[in-house]
Amino acid sequence: MTIEQIRSKFPQLQETVYGKPLVYLDNAATTMRLDASVAKWNEVSLHTNANLHRAVHRMANLATEEYEGARKAVADYLGADSREIVFTSGTTASLNLLAFSLGESGLLKEGDEIIIAESEHHSDIVPWQLLAGRKGLNIKVLPVDENGKTDLSALKRMLSSRTRLCCVAQVSNVLGLVNPVKEIASICHAAGCLLCVDGAQAVAHLRVDVRELDCDFYAFSAHKIYATPGVGVLYGRFSLLQQLAPWQGGGEMIETVKWGGTTFAQPPHRFEAGTQNISGVPALVPALEFLKETLADKELLENQENIKAFLLDELQQIPGLRLYGVPEDPSEKVSLFSFSIDGVHHEDLALILDKMGVAVRSGQMCAEPLMDRFGVTGMLRASFAPYNSLQEAQYFTDSLKKAITMLK
Amino acid sequence: MSDLEQAKRAVVEEFAMFDEWLDKYEYLIELGKQLEEFPVEHKTDDRLIKGCQSRVWLDTTVRDGKLYFKADSDAIITKGIISLLIGVYNGRSAAEIAADDFSFVDAIGLRENLSPTRAGGLASMIATIRREAEANV
Ligand SMILES: Cc1ncc(COP(=O)(O)O)c(C=O)c1O
Repeated sequence: MTIEQIRSKFPQLQETVYGKPLVYLDNAATTMRLDASVAKWNEVSLHTNANLHRAVHRMANLATEEYEGARKAVADYLGADSREIVFTSGTTASLNLLAFSLGESGLLKEGDEIIIAESEHHSDIVPWQLLAGRKGLNIKVLPVDENGKTDLSALKRMLSSRTRLCCVAQVSNVLGLVNPVKEIASICHAAGCLLCVDGAQAVAHLRVDVRELDCDFYAFSAHKIYATPGVGVLYGRFSLLQQLAPWQGGGEMIETVKWGGTTFAQPPHRFEAGTQNISGVPALVPALEFLKETLADKELLENQENIKAFLLDELQQIPGLRLYGVPEDPSEKVSLFSFSIDGVHHEDLALILDKMGVAVRSGQMCAEPLMDRFGVTGMLRASFAPYNSLQEAQYFTDSLKKAITMLK
Repeated sequence: MSDLEQAKRAVVEEFAMFDEWLDKYEYLIELGKQLEEFPVEHKTDDRLIKGCQSRVWLDTTVRDGKLYFKADSDAIITKGIISLLIGVYNGRSAAEIAADDFSFVDAIGLRENLSPTRAGGLASMIATIRREAEANV
């Protein structure tokens, strides 16, 4: 696929800002919407809309087929079983659900430990802190080194007989480095500890297979892979999901409801109370097909590699620029670059870049502990998608240099 | 026209000279750089303006019923904005500041040209200056 071909699938890329072409480099926050995904949303909303499971009428059947078909598509994509795929409203909801349900399952006891990587997004920290507060658990922080690499020897040292769960992102939303999940899983499992992987940033860049990774839980958001907001996925090993307590109570998550006591449905429906996102979930299917295509497309992959090589080289030549997440080999990083510049505030840079048409993220990026780790109040982040061109990367670095000159 | 009105009009006219927002930023950056030095020991939490993305400190002194401001920020455009505000309101009476509507900020298009978070910060700066004035009327 050429860049022109892929760009034509994302109408918003044609927008201009302040009379300049939009250069959208905030893909880690959310990607552009894929036309086919929005079309699917429209199609099911306008032609097969009905509530799921509950009725025998034709439209309810069609809607249920779309929804359960999407579950099958996600399961196939991840190498999992349909019963292992829970739909949520996003990564954040997936992790909160898991934290709550694990806490109520009896799998975690007072004094048990959870290990969380220092580079985690707030979404993968705060639900665990809340759980720890409720259940009297201890949180241990898995450090990253100066280059942002997760310290696996520290992990080995930290694991104890009380450690029940380890939480890491496959790709950090700040560092862009790929954590060796498979290796982490084997270290954790050897110590009898479960592994929960935050895949929010990884799914767009890596072909994910949960059996291959051997993780116990995996969470991601649809809006970061070209589909619609308000849809997320929690994968869990079926044998584990079966042991988890319900999160929210309501319609569809039950088996029988009696005043004398209610019993609950099997996973995944146990965790899907109430009316689900019946339009958004089917819209994930075309996005997954597209994702699969982009991750196997030589031309697009080569383009991404060129952008990565260009930026790794170019950024580090800018005087005073400190890049966070420096890979030993480029293959260990996705095309996501966070940095700070001595004597220049990230907010100023983002504001000026905005006026040049470049959309980048600035601030703490929902990872305050990592900001503290590197002793900064915030960073600037440029994150790329397959529809970004090398010319855009060049325009970005040229604009960045101009902005720095203005500010220094 | 009062002296305060003249000062505000001068800022509006100055801003109108630049067509491009990049040039307006350049001007704000210059203003930020010219801001009088702010003593490090004054960078305390009680002088910090809440609601800004970047850190902004405002120090107010009152002499003969008039307010004198000093400020700093770790972001230079924010510093330029606060410098602009100080430039207009410095040395004026508490009563005059408290009675002002700060609408010249809208006239120069500052609010809509800042990101929502920055505009929130601007609102906090204005609110702090007004509060200081009201407390000293
Ligand atoms: C690594 C990581 N985890 C979790 C999240 C939260 O995702 P969402 O806001 O879609 O729930 C994000 C999104 O910013 C992320 O980058």
